[in-house]
Amino acid sequence: MNGLPVLSLIAFLPIVGAAMILIIRGEPAVVARNARNVALWTSVVTFLLSLTLWFGFDRGSADFQFVERAQWLPAFGIEYHMGVDGISVLFVLLSTLLTPICIVASWRSIQTSVKEYMIAFLVLETLMVGTFCALDFVVFYMFFEGVLIPMFLIIGVWGGARRVYSAFKFFLYTLLGSVLMLLALLAVYFEAGTTDIPALLDYRFPAEMQVWLWLAFFASFAVKVPMWPVHTWLPDAHVEAPTAGSVILAGVLLKLGAYGFIRFSIPMLPEATVFFTPLVFGLSAVAVVYTSLVALAQDDMKKLIAYSSVAHMGFVTAGMFTLTQQGIEGSLFQMLSHGIVSAALFLAVGVVYDRLHSREIARYGGLVHRMPNYAAVFMVFMLASVGLPGTSGFVGEFLSLVGAYQVNTWLAVLMTTGIILGAAYMLSLYARVIFGKLTKPDLMHMPDLSLREIAVFAPLVVLVFWMGFYPKAFLDVVAPSVENLIRRHTAAMEQATMLDWDVLWRTASRSLGQLVAAL
Amino acid sequence: MDAVIVFLPLAAALIAGLFGRQIGDRGAQVVTCGAMLLAAALSVAVFADVALGGNTRTTELFTWIDSGTFEAAWSLRVDQLTAVMLLTVNVVSAMIHVYSVGYMSHDKSIPRFMAYLSLFTFFMLTLVTADNFMQLFFGWEGVGVCSYLLIGFWYDRPAANAAAIKAFIVNRVGDFGFALGIMGVFLAAGSVDFDTVFAAAPGLAETSVPFLGLTLPTLELLCLLLFIGAMGKSAQLGLHTWLPDAMEGPTPVSALIHAATMVTAGVFMVARLSPMFEYAPTALGVVAVVGALTAFFAGTVALCQNDIKRVIAYSTCSQLGYMFFAAGVSAYGAAIFHLFTHAFFKALLFLASGSVIHALAGEQDMRKMGGLWRKIWLTYALMWIGSLALAGIGLPGVFGFAGFYSKDIVLEAAYAAGTATGDFAFWVGIGAAVMTGFYSWRLIFMTFHGKSRADKHTMEHVHESPPVMMAPLIVLALGALVAGFIGYPYFVGDEMSAFWGASIFVLEGHASIEAAHHAPHWVAFLALGVGLFGIAVAALFYLATPSLPGRLAGALRGPYLFLLNKWYVDELYDFLFVRTARRLGYNLWKTGDGVIIDGIGPDGIAAHTIELARRAGRLQSGYVYHYAFAMLIGVVALVSWYLIGRL
Repeated sequence: MNGLPVLSLIAFLPIVGAAMILIIRGEPAVVARNARNVALWTSVVTFLLSLTLWFGFDRGSADFQFVERAQWLPAFGIEYHMGVDGISVLFVLLSTLLTPICIVASWRSIQTSVKEYMIAFLVLETLMVGTFCALDFVVFYMFFEGVLIPMFLIIGVWGGARRVYSAFKFFLYTLLGSVLMLLALLAVYFEAGTTDIPALLDYRFPAEMQVWLWLAFFASFAVKVPMWPVHTWLPDAHVEAPTAGSVILAGVLLKLGAYGFIRFSIPMLPEATVFFTPLVFGLSAVAVVYTSLVALAQDDMKKLIAYSSVAHMGFVTAGMFTLTQQGIEGSLFQMLSHGIVSAALFLAVGVVYDRLHSREIARYGGLVHRMPNYAAVFMVFMLASVGLPGTSGFVGEFLSLVGAYQVNTWLAVLMTTGIILGAAYMLSLYARVIFGKLTKPDLMHMPDLSLREIAVFAPLVVLVFWMGFYPKAFLDVVAPSVENLIRRHTAAMEQATMLDWDVLWRTASRSLGQLVAAL
Repeated sequence: MDAVIVFLPLAAALIAGLFGRQIGDRGAQVVTCGAMLLAAALSVAVFADVALGGNTRTTELFTWIDSGTFEAAWSLRVDQLTAVMLLTVNVVSAMIHVYSVGYMSHDKSIPRFMAYLSLFTFFMLTLVTADNFMQLFFGWEGVGVCSYLLIGFWYDRPAANAAAIKAFIVNRVGDFGFALGIMGVFLAAGSVDFDTVFAAAPGLAETSVPFLGLTLPTLELLCLLLFIGAMGKSAQLGLHTWLPDAMEGPTPVSALIHAATMVTAGVFMVARLSPMFEYAPTALGVVAVVGALTAFFAGTVALCQNDIKRVIAYSTCSQLGYMFFAAGVSAYGAAIFHLFTHAFFKALLFLASGSVIHALAGEQDMRKMGGLWRKIWLTYALMWIGSLALAGIGLPGVFGFAGFYSKDIVLEAAYAAGTATGDFAFWVGIGAAVMTGFYSWRLIFMTFHGKSRADKHTMEHVHESPPVMMAPLIVLALGALVAGFIGYPYFVGDEMSAFWGASIFVLEGHASIEAAHHAPHWVAFLALGVGLFGIAVAALFYLATPSLPGRLAGALRGPYLFLLNKWYVDELYDFLFVRTARRLGYNLWKTGDGVIIDGIGPDGIAAHTIELARRAGRLQSGYVYHYAFAMLIGVVALVSWYLIGRL
C-alpha cells in the first residue's frame, strides 16, 4: 500500500467526527442541525475511504492486507495490529455503508439529544470497524466489547417505552459472555505468550485446553449471534431500539458473534470445533425451525423480523461449522446479505413507524393504495428475506444448505424447512401490512416515500440484486481466505488427538482435583 | 436470437413495471404485447432451426454462483425440448397478452398487470433454457413468485391474498424437495450442470447414499426429491391445493398459469431429467402412479364444481396427471406432446370462459348461467372446439382435435409399457377420460344450454367480447384444431427420434412410444369411446333430464359432498399443518421463550438478584442488638469450627 494507514483512518475518522460534534455549541436547533450534518459527512467520507478496500483488495490472496503494526504495550507483547482478509473486509464495508444510512434514517425521527445520538453512532462505527480490523486479541476484545456501550445507550436513551428492561436484558446476556471471554483471553495469553492473532492462528493449543477455550468463546459469541436458546434479548432489544439502532443491531452487531466463530473458534481451536460441531448443528437447526414458528405468531412487525433474524443466523452458524467451502462461503454471504436485507426491513418498518408510531401489524393494512413505492421497496426486501433466487438472500442460504447437506442430511432437511416457514411468515406479514382494503382512517393520508427515504433504500436495493445476480463479485473476495482456512483446518486435524467424552472427563476430574487440593 | 427471446419479455416487464406511469396504460400494453409477439415470432424461427433443423446449442452468458467446485452459470441451452417449450410458452403467452388488453381494459392497474405477465413469461423462459439445476431453480422460484403476484393481483380481496400466499407456500413445499434434490445431486455428481450430472447418472444408479439415517439408492433418492418439486409446481396429488384457489386471479392469469407457464414446469423437468429418471425405475413408477392418481382424483372433483373456472382448473390438474404418467412410463415425447396440445386448448378454454364471465359482468357460478349460446355464439363455438380437444375426440385415421392424438398416445404408451404401474395408469387414465367427457360437456350444457338462470338485467347486457379478445381465441382454437394432427409424426410418430435428438433419453427396454404404435386397436377405440360415453352421460344429465343431477346429489349426499368439498384435502391440511404451525409457534413463543428461557435466564436471574438484595437489605435493620447477635453467632460458629477441627 502507499503507506497510508487506511484501516486506521477508516476506523478513527468517525471518532474525529464525534469529537467535532462534541464541541458544537449554540442554539439547540442549530446544534442539532450541525450535529446531523457533521455526522453525515463524516460517515460518508469514511464510506468513500473504505471503498479503497474494495478496489485495492487483492482477491487472489488469503493473507491479511492493509496491515498496520505499532508497539502499544511492549512489556506484554501487545501490539496495535490491524489488517483485513477476505473474511473481514466485506464486513468493514458493510459497517461503513450502514452507518451513513442510519444517520439519514434518523434525520427526522430523532429529535431529542441529537448531538449525543450522533456521537453514539459515530463511536459505534469506530468500534465496529475496529472489531473487524483488529489483529491483536486484546485490541479485538476492547472493540468487541466496547460496541455494546453505545448500543446499550442507543436503546436505553432513545428507545421505546420498555427501553430500560430491554437494555438491561441485552446487557445481562452479554455480560456473562464477556467475562468468560476475558478469562479465555488471559488463558490464551499465558499459554501462547502472545495475543497477536496471526501468531495465535499458528499456535497449537493442547486439545483439552481447546475445549475450555472453545466453551468460553462460545458463551460470548453465541449470545451475540444470537443462537437459540440465548436469543430472547434480541426481539426485546429490536422492539425498543430506535429504527437506526435496529438497523445497526441487525445489520452489523449480529455479525460479530459469527465473525468471532470464524476468526477465533474455528481456526484456533480445530479439535474442539470438530468436537462441538454437533452441538452447533443442533442449536442451529432448532434456531431455524423454532424461531421461524415463533415468527409466525408475532403481532409486532419488529419482533417478527427479529425472530426471522435468529432463524437466518441459524443458517450462518450451521453453514460455518460444516467446514466446507460452500458452507463457509454461504454463511459469510448470508451474513452480508442478512446485514443488508434485515437492515432494510427494519428501515421499512421505520418508515411506517415514523408516520403512525405503531409497530402493531393489525394497525396497518392496504398501504399499497397510498404508498405504492413503499410497497414495491418492501416487496423487494421481503422476497430477499424469503430467499428468492436472484436476490442476495438466496445465495447465502442455498450455499449454506449445500454445505450442510454434505455433512449431515438431517441438518439439511431440518434447515430447508426454514424456506417454507420463512415464506409463510414474511408473506403473511406483507399481506397484512400492505395488501387488503385501505379502511383505517389514520392510514388514509400516509404519504409515500420521501426523497430522503428513497435515498436510504436505493443503495440497498441495488446491492440486493447485485449480490443476487452476480454473487461472484463477493464470493471471489472471500474464497481464498476460506480455502486457506479449510486447508489449515484439515492439516491440523490430520495430526490431532481426537477428543472424546472420555478424555474430557479425565481432564475435568483432574482439574477439579487440583482445585480441591489447592483449597 | 436465443437471448433476445428470453430477455425481450424481461425488458418489456421492466419498462411497463417501472415506467408505467410515464408511458401510460396504452404504452404498457403496446410494449409488452409487442415484445411478446416478437418473441413468439422468433420462437417459431428457433423452433424451425433447432427442432426441425437439429441445430442445438448452449450459450453461456456469465457465471452466477462460484463457490469452490460448486459452479453455476447463467446460460441458454436450446435443444429440441427447449425449442418446443419456447414455442409453446411464447405463442400462448403472446395470445394471452393480447387478450388481456381487452379483458383488463377496465382495471386501474394495467401497466402492473402487463408487467407481471411478461415477467412471468421471462421466468418460464429462463426455466426452460436452463443448462444447470440452479438456473432451473431460479426460473422455478421466479414463476412461483409471479404466480403469487398475479393470483393476488386484486389485492383488495382477502380471498385473493390468501390464495396467492397459499400458492407460494405450497410451491415452496415442493421446492423444499427440489432444493434438497439439487444439494444431493451436487454431492453425488460433484456438479449441478446437466451434462455432467447426466453423464454420471448411469454410475450413480449403482451406488447408495446415507440419507436421514437410511441408506438409499442414490439416483432413486435424487429423482424422488426432485419429483417433489415437480409435484408442487405441477399441482400433483397432495400438492395440488393451490391450483384451484389460483382462480382468484384475473382469468388471463389462470390461462397463463394453466397453459403456458408454471404448471407445465414439472412435466418439463421430468422430461429434461430423463437421463436420470431412466436409471431410476422406482422413481419412474412413483411418477406414473402419482400422475395416474392425480388424473383420477382431479377428474372426480371436477364433476361437481359449480364455478366455471374451477371445473377447468381441476381438468388441468387431471391432464397434468396424464402428462406425468406418460413420463412415468418413459413416454416423455408423449408427455411433452400432451403438454404442447394441452397448452392450446386449455388456454382456449380458460380465455373462452373468461369471455363468458366478461359477458355476464363477472359471474362465475354456472348455476347462474344457461342459455347463452345464441347471444355469444362465437365463444360457444370456441368452447366446443376446446372441449372436443380436451376430451380427445376425433375420427380415427381421418382427423381429430389436438387432444385426440396426444391423449391417445399417452394412454397407448401406458398400456404398451407392459409394467404394473403402466397398466395401473392406463386403467385409471381410462376412468379419468370418462370424467373428462362428462365434466367438459356438463360445463357447456350448464353454461350455454337450457333456460337462463341469470337475472334479467345481466341477461340483457350479455354481449360478445371485443375483437381484441376474440382474435387470440381464434388463434388458439386453430392450435386446438391442428396441433395434434401436425405434431403427431414429429413428437411421437415416425419422425420422433430425429425430432427429439439427444434432448430426451430413453433406455433401450423402455421404448413405450414405439410399443404404443403396436398396441391393439381396442385401446385407441376404448380411449375415444369412454370420452364419448362421458359426453353422452352429460347430455343425459343436463340436456335430457335436467332434474336428474339434483336428485342424484340428494340420493348420494355423502359422496356428493365429498367431491364438492374436494375430498376435504384443504380442511385436512388446515388442521394438520396450518393450525398446528400457528399453535406451535404461539406456544413456543409464550412458553418456550417467555416462561422457560426468560424465566430461567435473564428474568429469573434478575428476580433472584432482587430477592437476594431485599433479604440482604432486611439484615441491615439498624438495631445494634441485631448486629451484636449476628456477631455473636459468627463468633460461636468460628470457635466451634476451630474446636471441631482440632478434635
